[in-house]
Amino acid sequence: EKRKEGGGKAETGSVMTSIGFPVMGEGVREGVLARLDGMGYRVGQGLAERFTLNTPRPTNPLEAIKFICKDLWLLVFRKQIDNLKTNHRGIFVLTDTRFQPISRMSIDRRAGPKAAEEAMARAVTYLYFPCGVIRGALMGLGVEATVEASASELPIATFQIKTKGAKP
Amino acid sequence: IWKTRVDKISAEVLTLTYGTLVAQLCRDLTLPNTASQTDYLAVNAELDRMGYAIGLRLIEDFLAKSQNTGHCSNFREVAEVISKVGFKMFLNVVPEVRGWQGPPAGEEGAGGPVAFSLVLEENPLAEFVELPDDGRAQDELWYSNVLCGVLRGALEMVQMQVEARFTSDVLRGHESTEMRVTLVRYLQDELPADDD
Repeated sequence: EKRKEGGGKAETGSVMTSIGFPVMGEGVREGVLARLDGMGYRVGQGLAERFTLNTPRPTNPLEAIKFICKDLWLLVFRKQIDNLKTNHRGIFVLTDTRFQPISRMSIDRRAGPKAAEEAMARAVTYLYFPCGVIRGALMGLGVEATVEASASELPIATFQIKTKGAKP
Repeated sequence: IWKTRVDKISAEVLTLTYGTLVAQLCRDLTLPNTASQTDYLAVNAELDRMGYAIGLRLIEDFLAKSQNTGHCSNFREVAEVISKVGFKMFLNVVPEVRGWQGPPAGEEGAGGPVAFSLVLEENPLAEFVELPDDGRAQDELWYSNVLCGVLRGALEMVQMQVEARFTSDVLRGHESTEMRVTLVRYLQDELPADDD
């Protein structure tokens, strides 16, 4: 990881984004995103520990997921998850139709589809931390899972959770 | 003090997130030629820099939410507003302003250092925190250093160049957590140095 960073600095150079931040090289970007995810994981684990102190341990993954959708989301993002889907075989899809971190982002409509694409790419950066939070909280509740997020349309975010041993 | 609705987040979320951030920096910023020895001075500097970037933007939010506060006519008032409005608004604590140094209110142009200390009775950033037990963190790390940067950045946007640093921290075993804020100068409207 250290080496990546070193390499990244050279990549960064003097290229700037339109709002004045240096453009990250691929290596730096990966390192940043991995760190965000990792930090989210730790925060999620801590929150799950602290806020399930007086509740019985969830007996199945669905209960753990419900804790995420209601209590945890309210705690971190001040609202609940709007929609929860599951295939009852270990896969859960959480949809937040107005995800707070990306709720005020906008797209330059005049610039056509390319701008929309860029806006999405920007928004995605904000989903790594929450992914980690979900993963960490689930782990804290005894559910091992992988989490992937996507933002197909601002400000909607979806999180796909695959618990260990899930079947499609 | 302000009428508009305030969005709140749980103190635990803030504490945990900040703690995780500091821990990550401690892992990432290591002394040259070592893999695991944290460069605490670098961590302090990075926290300060992050705070500065936050402060530059946060002042906007502060001004929007504190419309009734009005202008500060001297640095003494600035200290009071930072404590009673700023800290109250964003961290829900009111640090005590102490150790005032400088000419009487209103005569600050007279020269001599102008400074005050903020004593944090409670520090939401540092709840349940223990510094690493490596024999160095206790002497080198200013855990809440982000706050110094925030003040520096925020005040710069309202024409005050200040120097802010921690002078003591209960995490280090001191009796209080204290920041010293020193006015460097009032800024005149001028173009930033690198703006051609």
